Amino acid sequence: MPMPDAARKTLLLVVLAAIWEVYARSLNNPLLFPTLSATMSALSASIASGELPRAIGYTLILLGKGYAVGLALAVLLTAFASLSRIGADLLETLTSMFNPLPSIALLPLALIWFGLGDASIIFVLVHAVLWAVALNTHAGFRAVSPTLRMVGRNYGLSTVGYITRILIPGAFPSILTGLKVGWAFAWRTLIAAELFFGASSGAGGIGWFIYEHKNQLLIPHVFAGLLTIILFGLFVEYVIFRTIEDRTVRRWGMLT
Amino acid sequence: MAPLLAVEGVTLRYGTGAHVVTATERVSFTVSRSERFVILGPSGCGKSTLLKAVAGFVSPVEGRILLNGSPVERPGPDRVVVFQEFDQLLPWKTVKENITFALTASGRVSARDAEAQARRYIEKVRLTEFADSFPHTLSGGMKQRVAIARAMAMEPAILLMDEPFAALDALTRTRMQEELLQLWQDTRFTIVFVTHSIAEAIRVGTRILLLSAHPGRVKAEVDSTGEDVADGNGQLLSSRIHEMLFAEPIHADA
Repeated sequence: MPMPDAARKTLLLVVLAAIWEVYARSLNNPLLFPTLSATMSALSASIASGELPRAIGYTLILLGKGYAVGLALAVLLTAFASLSRIGADLLETLTSMFNPLPSIALLPLALIWFGLGDASIIFVLVHAVLWAVALNTHAGFRAVSPTLRMVGRNYGLSTVGYITRILIPGAFPSILTGLKVGWAFAWRTLIAAELFFGASSGAGGIGWFIYEHKNQLLIPHVFAGLLTIILFGLFVEYVIFRTIEDRTVRRWGMLT
Repeated sequence: MAPLLAVEGVTLRYGTGAHVVTATERVSFTVSRSERFVILGPSGCGKSTLLKAVAGFVSPVEGRILLNGSPVERPGPDRVVVFQEFDQLLPWKTVKENITFALTASGRVSARDAEAQARRYIEKVRLTEFADSFPHTLSGGMKQRVAIARAMAMEPAILLMDEPFAALDALTRTRMQEELLQLWQDTRFTIVFVTHSIAEAIRVGTRILLLSAHPGRVKAEVDSTGEDVADGNGQLLSSRIHEMLFAEPIHADA
């Protein structure tokens, strides 16, 4: 009998963990490659001491700020693009210009403009979120079928009502894709930016946690930091976004 | 009695890039209350565009469209359209929500009464057990029944149907035609029904407007009893319509 998907993958994880443990033990060099058990104890120690939760909290607050500002700007840009031809051209031009540019490449410039602090990180986060969300939302609006548009107009809805009650739900699958891509860019950018310079006024995020412990040669802690990033990424992807998807586009049969 | 709907010398054009297509040319007709008025013609006769003009989605470049004596300027809930496409239901709302939303968004019914009205019309189209289903779980015929229920629940002055059964299989199509006629028996609402099928036009219509193609011009108007009856010369109505639509007389004005 074939195994269920989840069981197969769990088994695979257990096997990988066992290989890690055995290899690291045989290597016996905690400075290069700590064992899984050492990593786990570093992880639990960092959690218990409050150091890792603080770092996570710091990272999440930054992420939240950058994501929120990015979304707000994306809404403005999309509105402009939907209202006028020139706005649509502007959005397309800007997106194709900035899409190939990894946000992190803007960090040195941001540091000059905004100084060493949260503002610089938020700037690169906005760049990571803005284009993906604006482009997908705009494409989503345009893909709302002419029939659905006519149905909405048939009800005599006001412009605001038409946008919020027909266009946004109609474009929701694309909007959600934009939010997911934006999140993925932002998360990677944020960790990278924190590695670059993670701390301001003595507090730092997960990237900084990794960087600091590397300097202290506490390699199990470095691994614990990496593991945290993976776990949190999986949580957002498979719990948060998956739940939203299940309750909306999957339920509505609008999954693209 | 003044007609409910008067279409007077309406010319409709739409642009496809560099070309301007004339969909209909100086089409006139009137529809009275409780009539089942069918617009029949081959593809390219502008019948759908004509219906969209009555709905207010397209403006005539010539002529005018009057509903109860006042000109049609924009879409409104007094002229509800049932489209051919299955995606006319809002996929993010259940069957019942699709109807209650239509009722409240258009301001036809208060939120309090919308629920009961939606239930009543869902029952009319015999979909009570699917009231809480999402559209994507329904068959094509069921979706069209929801669309009809939604349009009827809004109790418009005129129900506009744009080939609503054209995408259905033949059996479902015949059943839907019967159901529509039964629903009409109940409330005798006014219908303007667009189709390219002669058989459907005869079944559904009390009066049939025949349009020629490229551009759409009125060829004739005939009455129908719902049956494909023979006239005094023994010619069936369907073959008479077919002749009028497709026999190409030499146009003096061409």
